[in-house]
Amino acid sequence: MSETTNSSVVWKGTAASLALLIAFLAAWQWGPGLLRIPPFIIPPLSMVAEEAVRMWHVSGLAFHTGITAAEVLAGFILGSLLGAFIGYLIGMSPTAEFALSPYILALQIAPKVAFAPLFILWMGFTVYPKILVAILIVFFPVMVNVLTAIRTVDPDLINLARAFKASRAQIFWKIEFPASLPPLFAGLRIGSTLAVVGVVVGELVGGNMGLGYLLSFGEGQANTAMVFVAIVMLTLVGGIAYLLVILIEQRVLHYLPKRAQMGF
Amino acid sequence: MPEVIRLEYRNVTMRFAQMAGHLTAVQGVSIAVRDGEVVSLIGPSGCGKSTLLNIGSGLTAPSEGQAFVDGDRVEGPNAHVAFMLQKDLLLPWRTVAENVMFGVEIQGVAPAERRRRAQALLENLKLAEFSGHYPHQLSGGMRQRVALARTLAVDPTVLLLDEPFSAVDAQTRMVLQRELAQTLQRAGKTALLITHDLLEAVTLSDRVLVMSRRPGRIIDEIAIDIPDRDEPLKRRTHPKVTDYVNRLMDRLDIGTVPA
Repeated sequence: MSETTNSSVVWKGTAASLALLIAFLAAWQWGPGLLRIPPFIIPPLSMVAEEAVRMWHVSGLAFHTGITAAEVLAGFILGSLLGAFIGYLIGMSPTAEFALSPYILALQIAPKVAFAPLFILWMGFTVYPKILVAILIVFFPVMVNVLTAIRTVDPDLINLARAFKASRAQIFWKIEFPASLPPLFAGLRIGSTLAVVGVVVGELVGGNMGLGYLLSFGEGQANTAMVFVAIVMLTLVGGIAYLLVILIEQRVLHYLPKRAQMGF
Repeated sequence: MPEVIRLEYRNVTMRFAQMAGHLTAVQGVSIAVRDGEVVSLIGPSGCGKSTLLNIGSGLTAPSEGQAFVDGDRVEGPNAHVAFMLQKDLLLPWRTVAENVMFGVEIQGVAPAERRRRAQALLENLKLAEFSGHYPHQLSGGMRQRVALARTLAVDPTVLLLDEPFSAVDAQTRMVLQRELAQTLQRAGKTALLITHDLLEAVTLSDRVLVMSRRPGRIIDEIAIDIPDRDEPLKRRTHPKVTDYVNRLMDRLDIGTVPA
């Protein structure tokens, strides 16, 4: 792929993206009116924007967004660390994998969000049950990706290191760990979006803080615009988390060919 | 004066456990490679050539018999031997120079000395300007040259080469063969080369050993009596080459049995 075609793809793609965005926003603003959809079903864009301003001043929108973002961040970081740690641990011990795999599978099949009411019973209407749901939900994609990566390291690479008399620790730090980073980041990307899901479910189930709370409060008031504002903010929080992962990924995996890095 | 034997297999047999009984990969193989000698090992697929390489590098222990390197019995990986495979096994997250330093880094050689060795090898193999590149930026031939530099960086006395050039195109292969031959000559290294390429075996070696179908045994030994071992391209044109290749084809039953 030559430099010029590449930049023309980027230019055309960006232009098309922007055009789509404008078309979408326009449809949101004028579509409901044209199709005679009442504002309590789909409020037009301007109404949602007004509601956002009102919520910012009156309902503490910034505060609730901050709470949700903090929960997402905490749940994502702790869940990723735990998932990566367990993934490496099991990946390095076939016995551990054999012993634990049925339970891991069972936990993976169990719908994690269903644990939210239980956690709220245990920990009350605090931020902790929300963080815990996020940890649980982020844990799996990260762990599974790390585990698969460790499993699929080329045995000849390990033999090469062994032939140089590498210790177990050297094999891990010089081969297995760096080889696991691209799949680890793939898991982190998935995890960053799932963390938002975990936190929102926790907030919907109980408590009086966070965007999930605003969501259910808006619903109770039949304030559709408020629900839309909460959804937009949640998308924003998730988007920023995803973007942060990609920025770190591009730093860490700088050695990969450019094309392998692009996919969003 | 007795000649120094660098690499020796003494009556080596290798069996692998299978569902029913076992499979004998190699049966009673004895090989002695003298100091500075290049010996090729050819034979049909699955005749246990690579098993011998793993035994020599100390990655697997033979079922019977022993391997010796520099007179010491091989009981595990050791610094006297280094191997190179068909796959370059370069680490994608390391630059060319860092890949070359991989072995010496594991062996705990001081950083300054590592860099000095890598620099010297990269210059010898005409890779100096690529030392900061990553493997994906290199061609297959260049990657294999980096793998050769990594193998030489640990300064082994014996090199075990398992079809090192079978994955590169024909022209690149000839260039790499010439570079390998000259490097081995210059550094006075001993090498055991496993190959499927009969011409490669003849042009690169002092001796060629032929193995049988499984269970692998040594069934023939041919001393290559052609000068200029460090000039495989010149050797190619020597009139004796055809005779050697024909004899090898004969011993391997090529042409008499369907492939």
